Amino acid sequence: MSKLLIKGGRVIDPAAGLDGIRDVLLESGKVKEIGVRVKGQGARVIEAKGMLVFPGLIDMHVHLRDPGRPDKETIASGSRAAALGGFTTICCMANTEPPIDNPAAVEYIIAKARTEAAVNVLPIAAVTKGLRGEELAEIGRCRMEGAVAFSDDGHPIMRADMMRRALEYTRQFDVPVIAHCEDTGLSAGGTMNEGAVSTEIGLPGIPSLSEEIMVARDVLLAREYGRVHIAHVSCARSVKFIRDARREGASVTCETCPHYFTLTEDAVRHYDPNTKVNPPLRTKADRQAIIRGLRDGTIEVIATDHAPHTVDDKNVEFNQAANGLVGLETALGLVLTELVGKKALTLKEAVAKLTANPARILRLAGKGTLRPGADADLIVVDPRQTWQVDPRQFASKSRNTPFTGWTLKGKVIHTIVGGKQIVRDGQFA
Amino acid sequence: MNKVKGLRSKDLLGLKDLSVEEIKLILETARSMKEIMLRPIPKVPTLLGKHIVTLFYEPSTRTRTSFNTAAKILSANITNVQMSTTSVVKGESLIDTIKNLEVMGLDCIVIRHSMGGAPHLAAKNCSASVINAGDGFNEHPTQGLLDIFTMIDKRQTVRGKKVVIVGDILHSRVARSNIWGLKKLGAEVVVVGPPTLMPVGIEQMGVRVSYHLDREIGDADFINMLRIQKERMEKGLFPSIEEYSQLYGLNAERMKKAKRDVVVMHPGPINRGVEITSEVADGPFNVILEQVTNGVAVRTAILFLLLGGQNGA
Repeated sequence: MSKLLIKGGRVIDPAAGLDGIRDVLLESGKVKEIGVRVKGQGARVIEAKGMLVFPGLIDMHVHLRDPGRPDKETIASGSRAAALGGFTTICCMANTEPPIDNPAAVEYIIAKARTEAAVNVLPIAAVTKGLRGEELAEIGRCRMEGAVAFSDDGHPIMRADMMRRALEYTRQFDVPVIAHCEDTGLSAGGTMNEGAVSTEIGLPGIPSLSEEIMVARDVLLAREYGRVHIAHVSCARSVKFIRDARREGASVTCETCPHYFTLTEDAVRHYDPNTKVNPPLRTKADRQAIIRGLRDGTIEVIATDHAPHTVDDKNVEFNQAANGLVGLETALGLVLTELVGKKALTLKEAVAKLTANPARILRLAGKGTLRPGADADLIVVDPRQTWQVDPRQFASKSRNTPFTGWTLKGKVIHTIVGGKQIVRDGQFA
Repeated sequence: MNKVKGLRSKDLLGLKDLSVEEIKLILETARSMKEIMLRPIPKVPTLLGKHIVTLFYEPSTRTRTSFNTAAKILSANITNVQMSTTSVVKGESLIDTIKNLEVMGLDCIVIRHSMGGAPHLAAKNCSASVINAGDGFNEHPTQGLLDIFTMIDKRQTVRGKKVVIVGDILHSRVARSNIWGLKKLGAEVVVVGPPTLMPVGIEQMGVRVSYHLDREIGDADFINMLRIQKERMEKGLFPSIEEYSQLYGLNAERMKKAKRDVVVMHPGPINRGVEITSEVADGPFNVILEQVTNGVAVRTAILFLLLGGQNGA
């Protein structure tokens, strides 16, 4: 494999505690050398002066809709969207049709990714058979096939005893259970956050308590039984419960998504189905609490919950529209614009939440860092370039974003996966 | 008739979006329309050649008939399309239905739908005028306007008057349209009902919440009783019809506390003996049937203002 030398960029590698101008030499799919001046004889040179160089981003929460809904997304299209957005590793959720709840399904994803994926695709397998919340899936055999975490995302595990068994059982494999926290009784029938706005525009509400109650339950269970990672945290009291549990030493980590630190329920006022997502966009106070949680380290991960849907599934009555929005191609821009640009996070803190932290939580050896010997997954970002979100340009098959027309700062220029350049000058190489 | 001023939008989606001037224009126009209705031949050629369709995804007798009557007063053609409730989920998409109606040359679509925001989606996807005839829990603007028309008809103004709205506020589009309009016109609004039927944050719409009808009735100028649906009880939002009636029903005993000139209203259809007893519903304070008559006047006015402007009256 050819050698690549990324020269003179500002390298930010939180796992190595590094923020400085460095050259990075990639060789044979690995980081060979990193230093102030690296020779790299015979290497193709990528000039990165004035650019930012990050370890390839890791998104631990993506829906690729394979198997089952190739009209919404495939491993090929979703992974290309990831590459354009700066993600070199994505973890796909198990709620496909049929679900990834057995070792053959895990093997299918891995085999398919090998032939068609533009970036690393790592499957997350179901906690319970058929995502029904009743019996444990073959977690051990799925793990052996390559599942990196376990989750019934989209189908909350309502029985506390089931969640207890899941947390206990997964301990032997050192993998997290990723919890979709939602009391389906409290959320039943709802389509947006319950509060002044839902009352005003006459849509059925989902109280934030439906999330908070389950977060409270799961952090309590984690204290006794195992390791939990709370998915898509959207409200203030969830952050508080997680912060308190972590202080008390529980094995709890969590993620939030760009839409929860960027938007509030106000965005729903005009019934735009692209603002319909589960958990729903919350209040201003919730958004501020999410940002505080990101700042103080309670929320260690930013994930997209990339949820592609066809126009037909979205362009209907709000109550009828599918939940979710696509995020892979806007996430980094939103992080740089809304968090780093507004001084909520330093660049290094932000990059950690997209690289080192998910790699640590998922125990991904050689990922999320540019230390010598690590996988040659790397991106080059132009911090000054502004761009407008235009869904027609997405590599994703779906266009369901609430950020159409937004101007974001920070553009992915190059994406390198395993030493191979996938994106060059913002286009597929 | 005065010089025809217009409404700003091609659609009537809710009282939330109307200015005070627009509300007043509709009410004034409705007054003229009511005069036309009292003529020996209540028909004018204003909307001759215009075609209106009612597209109802929920059952309705009163509202649909009222729109039909209004259309006929103005000499418009009207077609009624009844969609089954299941067609929302399984049938043709709303946008496709709207676009089909539009290319048939329809000028106005009157839509009732079980989901909030459905008329907004329709309005965005066609150039015909869309009138919201009730969308989910959101709004029922023509009902709100006819209620306000009736109140002003009875007491000259609503400014400074106390309006008590009683019942299932959570699921009521009538309540929301009343609140938007009444607050804009300076009324005091109190919503009364069990806490389980009270939407979160309703105070932010400028109303006061009360759980005690008896405490609110004494100085009320208007009492607007909402229909309570049995299905809410089945979902566990209140324990029994009997208990509901006892706590929130309007009966003769309770009416003794009311002002002597209080006005009792109900958007219909009435559950006699549940939210209101027959004695009160048919009693001296009620204006329930006048509301229905005024509904025709208000809907005639709205059709006139939305469709009649460009041709001149």
